[in-house]
Amino acid sequence: MTTLSRRHDFVLIFDVTNGNPNGDPDAGNLPRLDPETNHGLVSDVSLKRKIRNYVELARTGQDGFHIYVEEGAILNDKHRQAYVALRPDDPKAQKEPKLNPKDDAEAIRLRDFMCRNFFDVRTFGAVMSTGINCGQVKGPVQMTFASSVEPILPVEITVTRMAATNEAEKKKTAEGADGDQRSDNRTMGRKHIVPYGLYVAHGFISAKFAERTGFSDADLDLLFEALVSMFEHDRSAARGEMTTRKLVVFRHENALGNAPAHVLFDRVKIGRNVDGAFRDLDDKGLGNLAPARKFSDYMVKIDQEDLPSGVEILDLA
Amino acid sequence: MAYGIRLHVWGRYGLFTRPEMKVERVSYDVMTPSAARGVLEAIHWKPAIRWVIDRIHVLEPIRFQSIRRNEVGHKAPAGNIKRAMNRGDLEGLQILVDEDRQQRASTVLVAPAYVIEAHFELTAKAGAEDTEGKHLDIFNRRAARGQCFHQPCLGTREFAASFALIPPDAPLPFRDPQAETADLGFGTPRDLGFMLWDIDHAAPGRPSLFFRAGLRDGVMEVPGPDSAEVRR
Repeated sequence: MTTLSRRHDFVLIFDVTNGNPNGDPDAGNLPRLDPETNHGLVSDVSLKRKIRNYVELARTGQDGFHIYVEEGAILNDKHRQAYVALRPDDPKAQKEPKLNPKDDAEAIRLRDFMCRNFFDVRTFGAVMSTGINCGQVKGPVQMTFASSVEPILPVEITVTRMAATNEAEKKKTAEGADGDQRSDNRTMGRKHIVPYGLYVAHGFISAKFAERTGFSDADLDLLFEALVSMFEHDRSAARGEMTTRKLVVFRHENALGNAPAHVLFDRVKIGRNVDGAFRDLDDKGLGNLAPARKFSDYMVKIDQEDLPSGVEILDLA
Repeated sequence: MAYGIRLHVWGRYGLFTRPEMKVERVSYDVMTPSAARGVLEAIHWKPAIRWVIDRIHVLEPIRFQSIRRNEVGHKAPAGNIKRAMNRGDLEGLQILVDEDRQQRASTVLVAPAYVIEAHFELTAKAGAEDTEGKHLDIFNRRAARGQCFHQPCLGTREFAASFALIPPDAPLPFRDPQAETADLGFGTPRDLGFMLWDIDHAAPGRPSLFFRAGLRDGVMEVPGPDSAEVRR
């Protein structure tokens, strides 16, 4: 497999309808908010988790596509056994490092072993404590916090449950009940939702770091596939409807890049759709407009004019 | 100072973790010299050169926000990886995140923007072909075109840094007059206390080096590598 030879930067645009894209553990699982602007946030680690989960689903047990930072039970122990059978000549080859233990060369072997086998180590990196060398692998893919394009309004929804958790709770509710059958045994719960939010995340893929971890062109395709489809496999009661709406990739001709990332990101412009016309989000005239509740309330424009030479725009979703 | 450069860096968030508060991370008020060095090295670095930060201009008011995230509690143990390599089998090697979870808060800087003033020195590894002019040219060319080895960041990798080269004769970027408060050392100098200067990667045990940081009219002066102001 050839390693990635060109730098990429990407803009991921996704939305949420009546769901909580990323809860804030500091605020009782309320959707994350920037307290100064009320724009919603989704942390980088949240998005990376979803990429890992997608790859785990899409490439279960395949050589080289294991996930190091796993969620939940190990479902593919069986596949791993097959993996052992597939590489019978491995033990012999892998015994050699014993000759030169505890030095940088071995640390590099350990690192390469992890990169070769685990997609997420190859992509995002991992911290490995290998004694002499602290063995930190920096992955080529770097993602930032996603933030909503307009302020969001988190709504608290109270829900009820018709069953009690235990006997004591049942008794307590029965004592306080005024005879209404329906209110017996009921427990109240809370859900926090964002009625609608359009979020933008930026990502960077360094070709030079890809050389070090062996991140290949095929890995890049898988990463983009994951970015487009990851929400389709992350349905839950809390999330509501989340969808990747756009993935705009800037492909540089050069490994180091042909233009500053922030200049390229500025080419992706998001505005409100007012009767089919594009209006900037900071347009003062938007004040009377109803809040956005669907993707078609927004317009995404990609400025293709006068691209810096050596930069190509790929519109992947 | 003939080979000095100035780089404008900015981003939505920054996290320059104080070493004494690194479990629940709290950022320094201002970018540290070692973080600034990291930004420059992300654009251009070779073993033949060593970046030296001269001063850091603070362009925006210093503001903080708290972000709490689910994080993993452990690093990858080398012993386990070695055993798996020898066995030729990956069983039990992965980390189960929901069994090894820590919730940690980070106190991060909001919308930081800086100008890094720096120069480089040639190291003992410099060969005959390593002239100062060559490396300066490479850096200036890359920074002006937005090229980088990897996208630089403001402290941690999730907080990406945008950067722009400030040509030698160009003025500094605009600073909002409202930011010119005592917080940034306008009027009276502001003491920032002891700040990490850098980590001495050459010495055994890699000790941290500190200096007494201060802001005067929005500028933090950074002592040179051989200065007595750098404490061990």
